[in-house]
Amino acid sequence: MMNIACKEASRLMSQAQDRRLTLGERASLQMHLAICRGCRAVNAQFAFLRRAMRELPDERS
Amino acid sequence: MPADFSAELEALRPYLVRYASLQLRNPDAAEDAVQETLLAALSAQDSFEGRANLRTWVTGILKHKIVDTIRRSSREAPLAGPGDEESTADFDALFDERGHWQEHPSPWEDPDGALHQKQFLAALEACLAGLPARTSQVFLMREHLGLETAEICKELGLTSTHCWVLLYRARMALRECLDKTWFAAK
Repeated sequence: MMNIACKEASRLMSQAQDRRLTLGERASLQMHLAICRGCRAVNAQFAFLRRAMRELPDERS
Repeated sequence: MPADFSAELEALRPYLVRYASLQLRNPDAAEDAVQETLLAALSAQDSFEGRANLRTWVTGILKHKIVDTIRRSSREAPLAGPGDEESTADFDALFDERGHWQEHPSPWEDPDGALHQKQFLAALEACLAGLPARTSQVFLMREHLGLETAEICKELGLTSTHCWVLLYRARMALRECLDKTWFAAK
C-alpha cells in the first residue's frame, strides 16, 4: 500500500466513480481519507455531482 | 387513445429538447434527435402500453438517438489526437509541490437541499457550459446518459485513460465552479 497525497487521492476519488479501484488503490485512498478532511469534502462533492446530474434538465423550466 | 397519445408526446417536446441540448450543445442536432424520438415513440405506441411513466420511456428512446448522433459526428469529424484536454497540468496550481491542497476544500452546506432549487440547477448548467466541449461531452455521457466508461471510450475512439482524465477534469472543474458560484455565496 502506498502513501498518497491529495492530488493522487483526488484522481482516485474521481476514478472510483468510473471503475473498480484495485485493492491497493482502495487501501491507499481509505488511509488518506481517514486523515484528510479536505479530501473527504471533495469525495462527498464528487458523489453529490452524480446525484445533481440526475436532476437535469429541470422539469419546471 | 391515438390523439391523446400524440398530444401527450408533444407536451414533452420542450423537456426533451432541453435534455438533448444539454448533451449535444447544438440546437439543430437536438431538434433532430427529438423529432426522430417522437416519431419512434409514436410508432412504438403498442410497446408503451401498460408502462407507468411516459416521460421516462421517451427519454430512454432519446438517449439512444443522442448516442447515435454522437457516434455519427465523431465518425465525420474524428478527434485529432488527445490534445490539450488530456492534460491535468492546469490543476497543478491547486496543489503544493508535495501534492497537498494549497487551499483545503470545505464541505458544502446542505448540498441535497440545493437540488430542489431551480436556481441551483441553473448554476450547475452554467458551470457545465463553461467546460471545454470534449470534457463536457464525456462527462454528460457518463453522468447524464448514464453510459459506462468503456462504452463512451468506444463511441468516441478514446483510450480509457483519456476518458478517466476527462472525467476527472470535469469533476474538479465543476466542484470548483459550484464552490465559487453557489456554495461560497450562500
